Amino acid sequence: MNVRRLPLYATIAIFLVAYLLCWLQFPNILSTRVVGNLLTDNAYLGIAAVGMTVVILSGGIDLSVGSVIAFAGVFIAVLLRDTGLHPLPVFALLLGLTTAFGAAQGALIHALAMPAFIVTLAGMFLARGVAYLLTLDSVPIDHPFFETLQKAYWLMPGKGRLTLLGVLMLLCVAGGMLLAHRTRFGTNVFAIGGGQGTARMMGVPIGRTTVLIYAFSGFMAGLAGIAFAIYTAAGYPLATVGVELNAIAAVVIGGTLLSGGSGTVLGTLFGVLTMGLIQTYIVFDGTLSSWWTKIVIGLLLFLFIVLQKGLLRIGQLQRTA
Amino acid sequence: MLLQARSLTKRFPGTLALDGVTFELAAGEVHALLGENGAGKSTLIKCLTGAYRRDGGEIVLDGRPVDPQSTAHAQELGIGTVYQEVNLLPNLTVAENLTLGRQPRRWGLTSRRGMRALAREMLAGYGLDIDVERDLGAYSVAVQQIVAIARAVHLSGKVLILDEPTASLDAREVAMLFDVVRRLRERGLGIVFVSHFLDQVFAISDRITVLRNGRHIATTEAAGLDRLRLVNLMLGRELEQATGHGRTAHDAGEELLRAERLGKRGRIAPFDLSIRKGEVVGMAGLLGSGRTETAEVLFGATAADSGAVKDRAGAIDVSTPARAIASGFGFAPEDRKTDGIIGDLSVRENIALALQAHRGWARPIPRAEQRRLAEDFIRRLDIRTPGPEKPVGQLSGGNQQKVILARWLAMNPRFLILDEPTRGIDVGAHAEVLRLINEMVAGGMSLLVISSELEELVTVSDRVIVVRDRRHVAELTGQEITTDAIVRAIAAPEAATEAAE
Amino acid sequence: MTGLLRRVAPQLLTLLAVLVLVTIFFPGFLSVGVSGDRLVGSPIDVLKRGAPVALLAIGMTLVIATRGIDLSVGAVMAICGASAALAIDQGWGLGAAIPLALAAGLLCGLWNGFLVAVLGIQPIVATLILMVAGRGIAQLITEGQILTFSDPGLAFLGSGTVLGLPAPAWLWIGAGIVAGLVVRRTALGLLIESVGVNLRASRLAGVNSTVLLLTVYMISGLCAALAGLIVTGDIRGADANNAGLWLELDAILAVAIGGTSLLGGRFSILASLIGAMVIQSINTGILLAGFPPEFNLVIKAALVLLILMLQSPRLGDLAAGMSLRRRRADEAAAAPRVLPEVRQ
Repeated sequence: MNVRRLPLYATIAIFLVAYLLCWLQFPNILSTRVVGNLLTDNAYLGIAAVGMTVVILSGGIDLSVGSVIAFAGVFIAVLLRDTGLHPLPVFALLLGLTTAFGAAQGALIHALAMPAFIVTLAGMFLARGVAYLLTLDSVPIDHPFFETLQKAYWLMPGKGRLTLLGVLMLLCVAGGMLLAHRTRFGTNVFAIGGGQGTARMMGVPIGRTTVLIYAFSGFMAGLAGIAFAIYTAAGYPLATVGVELNAIAAVVIGGTLLSGGSGTVLGTLFGVLTMGLIQTYIVFDGTLSSWWTKIVIGLLLFLFIVLQKGLLRIGQLQRTA
Repeated sequence: MLLQARSLTKRFPGTLALDGVTFELAAGEVHALLGENGAGKSTLIKCLTGAYRRDGGEIVLDGRPVDPQSTAHAQELGIGTVYQEVNLLPNLTVAENLTLGRQPRRWGLTSRRGMRALAREMLAGYGLDIDVERDLGAYSVAVQQIVAIARAVHLSGKVLILDEPTASLDAREVAMLFDVVRRLRERGLGIVFVSHFLDQVFAISDRITVLRNGRHIATTEAAGLDRLRLVNLMLGRELEQATGHGRTAHDAGEELLRAERLGKRGRIAPFDLSIRKGEVVGMAGLLGSGRTETAEVLFGATAADSGAVKDRAGAIDVSTPARAIASGFGFAPEDRKTDGIIGDLSVRENIALALQAHRGWARPIPRAEQRRLAEDFIRRLDIRTPGPEKPVGQLSGGNQQKVILARWLAMNPRFLILDEPTRGIDVGAHAEVLRLINEMVAGGMSLLVISSELEELVTVSDRVIVVRDRRHVAELTGQEITTDAIVRAIAAPEAATEAAE
Repeated sequence: MTGLLRRVAPQLLTLLAVLVLVTIFFPGFLSVGVSGDRLVGSPIDVLKRGAPVALLAIGMTLVIATRGIDLSVGAVMAICGASAALAIDQGWGLGAAIPLALAAGLLCGLWNGFLVAVLGIQPIVATLILMVAGRGIAQLITEGQILTFSDPGLAFLGSGTVLGLPAPAWLWIGAGIVAGLVVRRTALGLLIESVGVNLRASRLAGVNSTVLLLTVYMISGLCAALAGLIVTGDIRGADANNAGLWLELDAILAVAIGGTSLLGGRFSILASLIGAMVIQSINTGILLAGFPPEFNLVIKAALVLLILMLQSPRLGDLAAGMSLRRRRADEAAAAPRVLPEVRQ
């Protein structure tokens, strides 16, 4: 068996076992309704986490995601309020902006040879600050097109609603899987994550790939922002603070190595769903408090980080033996 | 000639790493490149592969002058390289490693089937039957080497440079690798083989070129060359040369400590070693023979997995450097830059470091005391620095070495290990270091000196241990210590049998 | 002394520039008055409001000097504040509240240090765990409420006045002096810098890096505990959700402004503290100068970028105009690790 796949299997197993345990206690939890809600409620997080997965696979990190989502919401809301533009061109404009923003971060990381952590920290401040400059209030979105988007769903058997947002997230995951695992760009991402020096010697274009990685993350953050705007029907500059942390947590719980070079986009989906499931369980239970979510997520993080470390050790031992 | 390097010159600050070196490689030959550390082997290779830009000379490939700008460019030109530390990505599959950058695609997506087929095709003829869709890291280093070779040959196809490819392989794996090398030779590739294992060099090479101190020393047919002569070429000693000359015998006292069956699997076979008070024990052996490994297990830099170190009072704990130091040990490592100096810190701080670490953080050495200590050693060891506050990273190699010696002298250890104490330092500093060694021993310290400079060993040692293939193989004492005898011991067993004939 | 002054000169100049800039927009910025027994005015306000970040920056400086980073300090603040508030709430008194908070901080630091020094996990990954879980733990302690209290002692820590200056200002200045003395009057500073520059060589010189790393993370936890006490005392309540939120980033920024390289090595606590004051002066200044606070983040972003540019190894080479050095650096980067006798 391929050792590298183990974290993915562990992620899926943990999700299934957790779901099983929930089901034993609350049989209602196994319904298309719950599944539909799980997908819809976590759509924006899942979309952002796909971008984050690619960044982390390359050994980087993108702290600007949460701020970019908030900026996206505010940008859409303010533009729709103050201009007569249709949402679709606004979306296109926004995605162009966030993609360029991500590309600029990538270019800085490469050009300055500085840690991604600090560069995207500046990006985090900048995106949030620009959102503040646009408005300080929560701006409602009441465009009819938005209502259409919100109400678009497919009724699954069992009366569960597979909403447009849920479908969008699943499409993003599928797209991310293709990009990461089935393109030359994706292999280059893994190569850089495995060792930048070696990757350079093997002919991987480091600069171009780095710019593209962060541009992709910016694009996905913008898309997550659109999903969040549809979900909440508002733009609020204080929204989605710390979503980058949740995205990072989802990626790690999804079995991706935080230092890069190993992981899967599919695992990230299960990471997101596991985090969502914990919240759903707490809602079902009714007596448990919401902070258990954070503690359990922290425990899962610890578990996966130690698991990865252990796998690394085993791998080394196997090779020396 | 397939590849010619004419009068290659490469300068680094303070040293001339390559001094007009000429090197020729024919198609269908395995050409070994030999030399001790600092001889210029890796600099030559890096100039050929574009990792370094040469300062002078020309490179001609297939009759055309070429100017490799980078490793990737050299590869396009036809010069591929495989390093000891496999330069592939262990986190990618074998197929991904082989096809990286040229993966077959279908409808814009990489085709797994296509990659598999291409990878199998690239590996065909290497006698390797492996699952190309597993991670490269799951395979042994030998397999990884062969995959690296397959990639390099596929991309370059003319010249293959193997830089210490066998350093971490066992005998069976070496045989497997050599099979591959022979097949490639038959296909007409020119292969440069860099190794410090003489048996392997003789087993595979057609011709041998020896470098020393950045200069070309000799190029000969391997078949006619005798091992003794080769070692002499590498080490720069002539057999006829007077030996035992200028040797200082020290008044060694009673036994200070002994290592019993001390060893670490995969690094150094269990050995016994006894050191007397006020004695210099020299250690000779080629690079990678186990000499540094011996020092590391003695000092706790690598925890031993067998044996013990004892003195008259009983067992000594050498499981970590800090504990070894507490027992009065010191170790000036071979690689000063990564293991010795703390580059950004001052000469004063570097000298005080070991003493301070030993005293613990709560008992600081007063600044004035540190300064006095530093100034004292700067004077005594003639360390060339503008002052004690100069960052040690900005000093020359010889002065850095003296700072590390000062660090240990400040501790006044009873047993000090010096690994290549005179490597890469100029002649003046060289003599001073030897003078220092004699001074230290006169003060009652015991030393273990590891060196590839045989004359230096002969000069300072009371006893010389010879290490080969990660084993202690010979011990010479008193009048037996001559460069000749050391060279014979290093070159054995074949040299010994030849002598017998 | 002149050496110290030269070391912090860039930071002092930055602070001066910020102060001048703010004074241009808000002329009354630098005036200090006396009201009753205490000093009032914007500079005093800066000293008080900057206290949490300044305290965090002390610990963060040491952690970063060892080539590490501590992302958890904001969450640790929340845990410690909650512990103190809980102790008061349970009627154990101030004598239990403060030791409990400090012990909680030390314990958090020990956990981070254990992951980094013993398990060998990358610092950024290791401290992420507590960054995520910490707020949950704090909420567990406060049971999701904002635990309010009216204990004058604890409140004093956050909003009291001693000899005219706010208590938080005394605390961070005091902690800064103690930390500065401890690291420079003992050998701790030297050993920390040594480990940060070259871990392997330090170990071979006998430095016990494991204990050292544990120590710096525990100091960082302790500093976070103090900061947590101040924030809790100031609002007379433990807010598990918002206490210390994102302050880890400000603390890292303060250290970066202070000129301590994020790659470890030489550090200066004083410079980091000035960095913390630079950040707080900007925060307060923007408010007073009549700019909407929303400019704050944009300015911070610009500041981070500027510092990045100045610290970037590549830009330094370009500035020096030495294409040669650049080339050498590239060669060094491109050169494979062919160290024949060094194996894992």
